[in-house]
Amino acid sequence: MTQHVDAVSRTEPADPALVSTGSRRGRWAVVLGTVVAILAILPWLPFGVPGVFSGPFNTPGTLQVLAVGITLAALAMSYDVVFGYTGLLSFGHALPFALGVYGTNLLMTHATLPYPVAGLAAVAGVVVVSLLLGSVALRTTGVAFAMVTLAFSEAFSLLVLTDPLRFLGGEEGLSLASDQVPDLFRGVVNVRFIYWLALTVAVAVYLVARKVVTSRAGRVFEAIRENEPRVEMMGLRPFPFKLASFVLGSGLAASCGAVYLLVVRGANVGVTTPEFTLAILVMVVLGGAGRLWGAAIGGFVYGLLTLRLSAVATSDVIDSLPGWLSGPLSEPLFVLGTLFVLLMLFAPEGISSVTSRMRRR
Amino acid sequence: MTAARIADLHVWRGEAHILHGVGFEVAANAVTALLGRNGVGKTTTLLAMMGLLPAKGSIQIDGEETVGTPTHELARRGIGYVPEDREVFAGLTVAENFRLAERPGVEPRYDLVYELFPDLATRPDQPAGTLSGGQQQMLALGRALLNPSRLLLIDEPTKGLAPIVVEHVMEALVRASSDTTVLLVEQNLWVAAELATHAVVLDQGTVVYTGEMAALATDGALAGRYLGVEVR
Amino acid sequence: MSSFVLYTITGLGLAGLYFLLASGLSLIFGLMSVLNLAHGAFFAAGGFAAWWVMDALTVLPPGLRFVVAVVLAGLVGMVAGALVERGLIRHLYGRHVEQILLTIGLGMAAVALMGGWFSYDPRLLSQPAWFTDTTVIAGANVPNSRLLILGVAAVLLVGLMLFLARTRHGLIIRAGVENPNMVRALGIDVDRSFTIVFALGGLLAGVGGALAGVYFNGISPNLGTTQLIFAFIVVVIGGLGSVPGTALAAVLVALTQVYVNNYLSTGVGSISVVGLLALVLLIRPQGLLGKAAP
Repeated sequence: MTQHVDAVSRTEPADPALVSTGSRRGRWAVVLGTVVAILAILPWLPFGVPGVFSGPFNTPGTLQVLAVGITLAALAMSYDVVFGYTGLLSFGHALPFALGVYGTNLLMTHATLPYPVAGLAAVAGVVVVSLLLGSVALRTTGVAFAMVTLAFSEAFSLLVLTDPLRFLGGEEGLSLASDQVPDLFRGVVNVRFIYWLALTVAVAVYLVARKVVTSRAGRVFEAIRENEPRVEMMGLRPFPFKLASFVLGSGLAASCGAVYLLVVRGANVGVTTPEFTLAILVMVVLGGAGRLWGAAIGGFVYGLLTLRLSAVATSDVIDSLPGWLSGPLSEPLFVLGTLFVLLMLFAPEGISSVTSRMRRR
Repeated sequence: MTAARIADLHVWRGEAHILHGVGFEVAANAVTALLGRNGVGKTTTLLAMMGLLPAKGSIQIDGEETVGTPTHELARRGIGYVPEDREVFAGLTVAENFRLAERPGVEPRYDLVYELFPDLATRPDQPAGTLSGGQQQMLALGRALLNPSRLLLIDEPTKGLAPIVVEHVMEALVRASSDTTVLLVEQNLWVAAELATHAVVLDQGTVVYTGEMAALATDGALAGRYLGVEVR
Repeated sequence: MSSFVLYTITGLGLAGLYFLLASGLSLIFGLMSVLNLAHGAFFAAGGFAAWWVMDALTVLPPGLRFVVAVVLAGLVGMVAGALVERGLIRHLYGRHVEQILLTIGLGMAAVALMGGWFSYDPRLLSQPAWFTDTTVIAGANVPNSRLLILGVAAVLLVGLMLFLARTRHGLIIRAGVENPNMVRALGIDVDRSFTIVFALGGLLAGVGGALAGVYFNGISPNLGTTQLIFAFIVVVIGGLGSVPGTALAAVLVALTQVYVNNYLSTGVGSISVVGLLALVLLIRPQGLLGKAAP
């Protein structure tokens, strides 16, 4: 039917994002500071959360799990810029992340760059690549855009799997080029430094993302998500803004990838797959798209949940069930996928602000 | 006699609040023109009456409340719709466009349609997308006239048509309105004056005038105030 | 020359699989704007249904057993499609983002469910001996299974085109792909067609899964996941909602993949397909036979 909007009269109050009072900003800084401070002192605490972690916070195992959770939280925030704020349904967000992981390691191995340089170079490379890919993919919109970005990330996934030039490790993956990694980040005793690095990068991702989404450009991002034709009617070209959002999200994802390489000590083909992209989407939606905090919590919980569900899956309780039930229940993705379906059916209102806003169109 | 009674109708499109408590009546077996400048909510009113936009308030057709009734149910109860910009199915042939409009248990009035638009009878296998603008308008009208209806909602039937085609469409509209009620959105004041006996004028999503079409058409000041630059 | 013929027929067989998966996706998207990410699970479910028949119904002779296997695979896909639409998608009517997210969760859960039941190791599909025999065509020894896949896909393509062109349901679906609201305004309950389209898409995917078990010589829960990506590429290249476009794009994509893999280097074929996608998007963003910009 006709999409012509007869009259435009906004009856809603001004966008809350525009209302940024001093007290709000102060409270935000206190909350952020407190959360970061608590996370920062965890490696010294000699106790844990039984049932969630296998040991006290100050053990390398628990710190590594936490570092994975924090890195995924940062990754989810980077995706939130693209999907939650700008409304771009990219199904290829695994690509910049995986390029960060693989790129950093390859640069350390083949160009013998030290880790920090390799990481930054990989991020710079991803920015260039995402500029190119974004320019092509953003010729489409909506679901076609989703399919195209999915195809791009799948191309890299296939490249890694088939590995025609024999340097990407195929199914085996690549192990960390530890010679180029500073001593600080090597060895089991130093896991806490990797943990702090992950925390630092996550905070940096948060600050950069927040700076952008609360800027003038960020408000254009949200306007594009809400109603792209109206942005055009206001005389703005949406394309550069969409590209900027896409490239920013990709660059931030690549920096998460560089950290993830250290956290899991290698590059695994799993992070290149479409399933991983969908996992990122699930993280953001679980936590609440269009809110950086929500995405971060979603990523963190998802990380812990997948690791923890695997532990539950191998427990005696599941084993004692009949085969047709214990088989699927020992698959973390079965439990997560089912939860996700139920969430969509019964609590779509609560999951996120972006989907509920899209619905009111 | 009132065929339709609309009261306190509110319609939103996304965040935009388009209709702010619209209320008017459509006289039975007559043509009522729904007028107003561009963007005041005329098309939105028709879409809401057709159940194609969620609405709050009351729309009664022959005394029956229809807000919340699915579109296809409204159509089966005899509400015909000719949308703005025709919206014929471009990939379907002329014959297929008509066949889609056929309803089980209702004898299609092909005689009437082909008598009004003989041009369409000669090209049943032509894809509707390749028809001229005027032919597409005739197809859209014919599609609505194929079944007898008690209320026809017609949105800007003469938009973008050559004067000679406008004449033809108007003849068809006169014929169509001879046995049913018509609510007509029309930008062209003289077309509306020619066809309609009653007028409703919208401005900024509210009704600002209801009355005789003739009174509105002859009162230059009144027409100028509500219809502004759209008076031609 | 003979290798070229072999590659071409192999490529056309692959095109048949892509078409079976992609045509349902394209129709579902065209009519309902739902991107069904659980479609790959219908494909795998069809594959496992066929595997079960071949494995369990040993009382039947192999040829007849395979016919039963394909029919059951189609039925499983059809029922799954109808249930997903009626039971899940329908409740989120009009909320496209939630519908996509729901199919993502569903796809995840369904693949994991099959993984839990059948494990992730590929199951060999026992095939009638005739399948592995070869027929000489223009000097090339072509495995009969390739011809079979091609034949079944061609029959289903013709059947689908006839269904769309000749039946009232087909008419409603074609019109609904263009403009569902106008179809409603003519007094037709389009939502009923939604179930039909989902069931139809499931049927095609289910048959595709059974044939894929022959083509790839095995069935695993992830069978559809990888193929789904190529199906997406086919749908976008062909133009969303266009069945002939999907068929054309399936041939184009599959032949590109097979030729590049065999004449250049193994593994490059899949990547070149993505290059093809980028090329088509640069020249014709709406796809080969797509009408408006998607």
